[in-house]
Amino acid sequence: MRIAKFVGLILLLAVLIAFPQVFPNPAITTIACLTVFYATATTGWNIFSGYTGYIALGHAAYFGIGSYAMALLCQYWRVPAGYLPFLLLPLVGLIAAGFAVPLGWISLRTRKHTFVVITIAIFFIMQLMAFNLRSITRGSTGLSLPIPSNWSGNFFNMPFYYVAVVLLLFALGLSWWIRNSKYGLGLLAIRDDEDRALGLGVKTGLSKLTAFVLSALIVGMVGGLHAYFAESIFPAFAFDPLFDLALALMGFLGGLGTLAGPILGALILEPTQYYFTMKFSQNGYYLIIYGVMFLVIILLLPEGIIPTLSKYWIKWKNTHYKLKQAPLIADAGDPILADNNASEGRVNP
Amino acid sequence: MGLVVDAVIIGLLTGGIYALMASGLTLIFGVMDIINVGQGALVILGAYLSYVLQDKYHIDLFVGLLITMPVMFIFGVLLEWAFIRPLKRDRTTLSILVTFAIALIIEGCLGLIFSNNIVQLHGWYIDSSFQIGGFYLAYIHVFSFVLSIILLAGLYVLLYRTKFGYSLRASMQNRTAAELIGINVEKVSAITFGIGVALAAAGGMAYGATLAFNPGSLYDLISRLLVIIILGGMGSLRGAFIASIGMLVIEDVTAVLWSPVWASTVFFILLVVIMLVRPQGLLGQLEGRKQ
Repeated sequence: MRIAKFVGLILLLAVLIAFPQVFPNPAITTIACLTVFYATATTGWNIFSGYTGYIALGHAAYFGIGSYAMALLCQYWRVPAGYLPFLLLPLVGLIAAGFAVPLGWISLRTRKHTFVVITIAIFFIMQLMAFNLRSITRGSTGLSLPIPSNWSGNFFNMPFYYVAVVLLLFALGLSWWIRNSKYGLGLLAIRDDEDRALGLGVKTGLSKLTAFVLSALIVGMVGGLHAYFAESIFPAFAFDPLFDLALALMGFLGGLGTLAGPILGALILEPTQYYFTMKFSQNGYYLIIYGVMFLVIILLLPEGIIPTLSKYWIKWKNTHYKLKQAPLIADAGDPILADNNASEGRVNP
Repeated sequence: MGLVVDAVIIGLLTGGIYALMASGLTLIFGVMDIINVGQGALVILGAYLSYVLQDKYHIDLFVGLLITMPVMFIFGVLLEWAFIRPLKRDRTTLSILVTFAIALIIEGCLGLIFSNNIVQLHGWYIDSSFQIGGFYLAYIHVFSFVLSIILLAGLYVLLYRTKFGYSLRASMQNRTAAELIGINVEKVSAITFGIGVALAAAGGMAYGATLAFNPGSLYDLISRLLVIIILGGMGSLRGAFIASIGMLVIEDVTAVLWSPVWASTVFFILLVVIMLVRPQGLLGQLEGRKQ
């Protein structure tokens, strides 16, 4: 299993790197770029929501903060177009994380459902700010970013794509490290039973806040990259309620709290979504299809693809390898399977 | 000073409309432990239903409620049966996503049928006003306030004076225990959801009569409604009522004293401050361990 996973990771990496070389058509690489953006953001979101079980529906706020930070920094320092803006990304992420500290602290004072509602409310506050703080954000006129005019044709999307891949690997590495650390175990304990975890000595408040800030950092960096990619930003697109939903939907489809789930979810959903947006751009078809897709996924696959598959895999293994005395419980070193067991033993409120 | 008093009066009156929509939301939360994020979309749907009745069949807005509220009640029961009841595990979290999806579908359908142009309801009471003690009041504000008081009083009687109300409050206090003593909690849930949606329809008519709207208005609405029920304390009807009136009064006064642009921001900031002191909201109970 471990070897299979290693091979899987190498394969994924190879496909990610080779993809734009094989399909250099800008129409396709644009979709690829967006998919990797979403995969990264969902992986970041999953670090908090997947591991702690607190569903945050306001991460578009950090995406927007990242976008605006990128635009304002470029303007303030007169950063020329080219490779330089990419170097601002860590700073942009830190700014988003800086915002996430007080906002996360306030929202994490509440428990599960109130928390969800508070994150949505904070998102709307930030969107209002972007509209209203005209002296900084220029309101609904929006801000423009430097446009790399000497990158042309097929090459234009490449730098964005590879930077996004680097970000994705960073997010994945962080997610993997947390999942396999004592800290990550604490987060999962919070998800399963917060009061008991507190009683057992997990510093629940600090753990939750750290995870929240880390996920905001990654989502913020994606926001900054997306702003540079889109060349201009407006409050309504930088702070988009559909982005909140997209993250949750991708996370749920792939499997909450798993490593590969968010990536799988993004790989399936983002191209589909892009296709529908292009095909039915007018009126409400796009919203209807999106909503129906959402309903179908949640009602048919509430656990997500990866946990469902791994459940079948365990069943299959147990029936076929009984002679070898296969363990009934998956080995603890395997994050996905261990996670699946954890969620099975979960108490419903 | 006169302007401020005027703003307070308008805030009080329009607060009643929000109390109507928010009471549906908080009632659903109290009984079923789910957050109906689609309430904003249902309010707008109610407003469009009133619009159709008025535009096509020339039925008065308030009379039209006799049709729209039962229709929306049935719609709500169906929604609960089709989408909320199948959720077995993680109901609270999944229900937020499901109702969000329902909101998107409703927004999309309304956009297809009515386009995204801004629509306004008409009636003699919408454009005319009367003078009382030196202040001009639009009839619609007074009428819709009276409507919300009547409906909320009806809700009160239903909850506290009928047998169904006893079962509903029992399910609110403890779902499992209510089931054990023979209350059909699923039926109570479906009816509660229907009542919440019917209240949304009534609120939608009043909302559409006081403001112009389009399918996209639901985002603004739902953010306000969510803030109101958090501030009042999730599941507390009295809290929702106080919070909606407080919110609208503060908004209107800010709009007069400072600028309309900052009206809702001030309220949101107030919410954050209150959450720091009382995370459970004004009249809510602390959420503890539930099993």
